[in-house]
Amino acid sequence: MNNAFTKYRTWSWYEATARERVANLLDRGSFTEFIGPEKREISPHLALFDLPEAFDDGIIVGRGTVRGRDVLLAAQEGRFMGGTFGEVHGAKLVGLLRYARDYQDAPRVVVLLLDTGGVRLQEANVGELAVSEVIRAVLEARMAGVTVIAMVGGRAGCFGGGGIVVGIVAGCCSRIVISEQGRTSVSGPEVIETNMGVEEFDSRDRPLVWRTTGGKTRRLLGGADAYAEDSIDSFRDVAISLLDRIPAFDLDTMEKEHARLTQRLEKFGQCHDTPEIWKAMGIAEPDRIADLSDEDFNQIAQAQKEANHDAR
Amino acid sequence: MLAIKGIYAEYGIQRLNHGIGFGTAAIELLLPTFGESLGLKGKVATHWALNPHPALIPAIESGWVKQIHCFGSEVGMDDYIRARPDVFFNGSDGSLRSNRAFCQTAGLYACDMFIGSTLQIDLAGNSSTVTPERIPGFGGAPNMGSDAHGRRHASDAWLKAGRQASDADPKMARGRKLVVQVLETFGEKMVPAFVEQLSSVEFAQRMKLELVPVMIYGDDVTHVVTEEGIANLLICRSAEEREQAIRGVAGFTDVGRARDRKMVESLRDRGVIRRPEDLNIDPLNANRQLLAARSVKDLVGWSGGLYRPPGKFRNW
Amino acid sequence: MEILEIHQKAARRAPGDKSHGITGVVASGDLEVLLERLLDGTECEVNVKTSVEGFGDVWRAVVNDFIERHSPGGLRISINDGGARPETVSLRLAQGVRLMEADR
Repeated sequence: MNNAFTKYRTWSWYEATARERVANLLDRGSFTEFIGPEKREISPHLALFDLPEAFDDGIIVGRGTVRGRDVLLAAQEGRFMGGTFGEVHGAKLVGLLRYARDYQDAPRVVVLLLDTGGVRLQEANVGELAVSEVIRAVLEARMAGVTVIAMVGGRAGCFGGGGIVVGIVAGCCSRIVISEQGRTSVSGPEVIETNMGVEEFDSRDRPLVWRTTGGKTRRLLGGADAYAEDSIDSFRDVAISLLDRIPAFDLDTMEKEHARLTQRLEKFGQCHDTPEIWKAMGIAEPDRIADLSDEDFNQIAQAQKEANHDAR
Repeated sequence: MLAIKGIYAEYGIQRLNHGIGFGTAAIELLLPTFGESLGLKGKVATHWALNPHPALIPAIESGWVKQIHCFGSEVGMDDYIRARPDVFFNGSDGSLRSNRAFCQTAGLYACDMFIGSTLQIDLAGNSSTVTPERIPGFGGAPNMGSDAHGRRHASDAWLKAGRQASDADPKMARGRKLVVQVLETFGEKMVPAFVEQLSSVEFAQRMKLELVPVMIYGDDVTHVVTEEGIANLLICRSAEEREQAIRGVAGFTDVGRARDRKMVESLRDRGVIRRPEDLNIDPLNANRQLLAARSVKDLVGWSGGLYRPPGKFRNW
Repeated sequence: MEILEIHQKAARRAPGDKSHGITGVVASGDLEVLLERLLDGTECEVNVKTSVEGFGDVWRAVVNDFIERHSPGGLRISINDGGARPETVSLRLAQGVRLMEADR
């Protein structure tokens, strides 16, 4: 019976829980968890709302190795409260990043398995505070020479809520790996619809949501550095391939990014939907991007100047 | 897994109808993986009276399916059906020739088995989807989920079930169609699926109906499959055994907890009730990762891009 | 929220050396189960915190059945429940015991 299960079982990133992603991404047995569930550092706020808590407040932090390489790691559980940032959740991530920043003998690579809808509304201000602390901590870690790699491919995507912008956390990382199912944005689809009207953006039009915020779009627009298939193996391989080509984190890179974004707005600012952008980028069959296999899509993405640059 | 190993394999079910639902969709998706591991390809689930379910695409593409006779069609399946005239009954213009009346007849007289789910089932095996909150239609289940009693062509599975039936007359061999109800013991919001009396009964009284809205009658039901195991009602010898067999797979519902433990144990010894471990199935191996397709997109992939699902099912 | 505490002696100690383990997710229809090898002898403790009130009897039946089948002696088991059905609870408890059988 066991043969059938090993043969037919593959690990989809999208389907996996945060713990399953961690267990299958890292080298077997290499993971040490910090502030694990047995420590019971739970949210002090959820009980007020009669909501169930999670022993790890929905985020796993620790260290391990990936093909022998030391990494620090954080993985959000997108199915617990939408993977949202609460007080404890945020503190665990900030602590991990500050550890990398401050200790030269800590691993020099931090991998963030982001799967979040943004700030946990029930924890409101402390959640927003946590997100801003995370943004600062990511940037400070990078300034201290730490590589921070974001991996986005889960159910919740990687969103900000309201004015607080977790999509920016990903954007602040050294590199982003995304799969087709992954989505990143500042404001979520429902928020856009509520504020701008359904004619502007119908959040229930799922193909539209993926055309605008989905993994393939982010990759082609240059908002993500690499595209992975929906498997833990693929995410691992792609992340490793990025590790040796990390851009400099300096003023020059930032200025180049500002220039690139200005140009992007000039070139595509009048477009109403992504196929128009792909057409303007000279991609053949701009309406078929969503239908392409991962392999075919990767070829197109790698050939696009717009998608590949350090000044993301 | 229980249904495939404990019923499909056990009786050699070749001709069948699946009622629409999550349980049967899971079975369709487990044939190319779990079914394959049991060496069942070509031996079971070859001829179907069924609408062109997208969930069956992996099994079709893996070579399990010889023929599908359709009542009607399914959204987004046109191109795929057109590409598989070896499986579907297509006309000279290449499109599907479904036929509700003929397919209904096939379901009644040609199938070895009907399998479907329900929302409520009582101690005699009567089942219904009528609940205090909702009165849905029954679809094809009342016809498909019945044993058409008259003479019909024999098949191995039909004859085997007939021999097993406790009221079988050894001098006058007759078959039985398998009518299987597969369900979880609790439904949404912890509402128990197993009840002492169907909501339909009170509903019929209140509305002064001629007939209690039963979907499938208990005396047609041959097997009840839950996460706790399989109850084989064919080999029950009395109404009391039937009741305890049903209680014995009713899990932690009130009905299940009120079981006569000794009697249930002896029913298990006789094989009337079979638990997962009796079939060498480990519930801990039940994992979505075992499904041949885990998303609508996977199905599109299996179909070579020919299946075009409606927008509301896309996440790409 | 409803809180339930169940103390019972199991037939044997739970095999394995792992000091603690966790399985499941606190999501709608699911639960997380934290197991800690903390108790003496064959004592077993199951603490449940659930957002669905009024099913104490069912929880007790599920837990008693679990303790009888799996003998999790020596384990303190803590559950955060998001409204899972009994068979899911049974499954997660069994998964938990299997996890704890590992060596480390």
